[in-house]
Amino acid sequence: MSDLTYDEARKVVYRGLVLLAVVTLIEVFFSLLGKGHVISAFKGITWLHYTIGLLLISLSFYKAYFIIYEFMHMRYEVKGLAMSVLLPTVLLIWAIIAFFQEGNSWKSRREQIKEKNTEEVGQEPIQQESMLLKDTYILKLEDII
Amino acid sequence: MATSDTIVEHQKEQSASDWSGGRPAFRTSYGKLMMWYFLLSDAFTFAGFLIAYGALRFSSPTWPVPDFVFSTAPFGVHHAPLIFVTIMSFLLIASSVTMVRAVQEGHLENKNGVVFWMLLTILGGAGFLSCQAWEWTNLIGTEHMSVTTNPFGTHTEGGVYLTADGKESEETFKAGESFLIHKAHEGHGGEEHGDGEHAEQDFSQGDHPGYLVDERGFVHRKFKITEGPNAGMVKTEEFGPKAFGALFFFITGFHGFHVFSGVIFLLIIMLNAGSGLYMKRQNGHEMVEKIGLYWHFVDLVWVFVFLVFYLL
Repeated sequence: MSDLTYDEARKVVYRGLVLLAVVTLIEVFFSLLGKGHVISAFKGITWLHYTIGLLLISLSFYKAYFIIYEFMHMRYEVKGLAMSVLLPTVLLIWAIIAFFQEGNSWKSRREQIKEKNTEEVGQEPIQQESMLLKDTYILKLEDII
Repeated sequence: MATSDTIVEHQKEQSASDWSGGRPAFRTSYGKLMMWYFLLSDAFTFAGFLIAYGALRFSSPTWPVPDFVFSTAPFGVHHAPLIFVTIMSFLLIASSVTMVRAVQEGHLENKNGVVFWMLLTILGGAGFLSCQAWEWTNLIGTEHMSVTTNPFGTHTEGGVYLTADGKESEETFKAGESFLIHKAHEGHGGEEHGDGEHAEQDFSQGDHPGYLVDERGFVHRKFKITEGPNAGMVKTEEFGPKAFGALFFFITGFHGFHVFSGVIFLLIIMLNAGSGLYMKRQNGHEMVEKIGLYWHFVDLVWVFVFLVFYLL
């Protein structure tokens, strides 16, 4: 277990309480700042919104690091244990990129999806130019006979 | 140079002996190791949920603004964005800290200390659950959000609301501002507009000059657009993206279920600790340590639920 004495360990815990509470307060403050609640002129500034978003995400990861390494004592475990638990979460980076990209493309194709959903079997398919490549030619029955 | 070489060799020797038998893997107990792997798998479940939230949010043209949706608190507090959830976060953080204290007392084989700090942890968890129960009650009962209905909409164009008789009112709004679609003849959760005049208005189902009442009694107010290419058009308030309600109730519900089962297990382990069972085992109250890992994980997940649902 940890090499700290009882008194030292106790101090670390209460320092953790203050740290997590302060980081949470900073997060809430910046979140409200970005939405224009603190200074109303800040409302609707896109780059500010994204900067604050990044800041909030990093602060949350800092909190997560602190909880795992101090409160859950990962710091005092063998390196192999820490890596076998933490490294698999790297896979999530791929999941985030892939699914957010998917969501984004869904947004830009909403109208097309709506139209496609109204198609029925046996009907002439709705031809949409945006869906086809420029040099695509659709073979019709007359072309063959 | 020589010193660093010896260190490397020393480590190699150690790690080889770690796996040569007669020693638990990773120099920790089987139970603790498996708790870590359970938490890893649980983290993937939550990550799946939260990533789905992100994907659906990206796919929607508009999304309810969290500081508008979550701006009420008990005892009639309104327009206090995020304040109530911040209090909920503090409760979980505090209960995490008391849990660390319980684990520390456990290492010292101090039975009474363990029970005292676990009791505080349980109180923190129960407090969090009560807050969540209030939040859900308010969202479902007062604001009529459900898994399939999301009355929190967002304006995409600037404009002005119409009065009950269809004339332009003083009430203007900009693109990106949120609104809540109320039900007729019901309390409005403190939203101030129009409370007084509603008494004399006709809220029968159908199309009225200033609003539209749908079959479920939701009053969709009408407004005139004053900006952009559609300026001059009269439109009706529409529901926000459906997915918001479903995601909110499923994800915070799943987290709340974790907190609930955590409280139950904490209770059982506190009673066992109080009975002296873990003193007999003489392993530094390892069971308290394991439930501690779980409890910190619940706090950890809340950090990210708090981030995606309330802060961003």
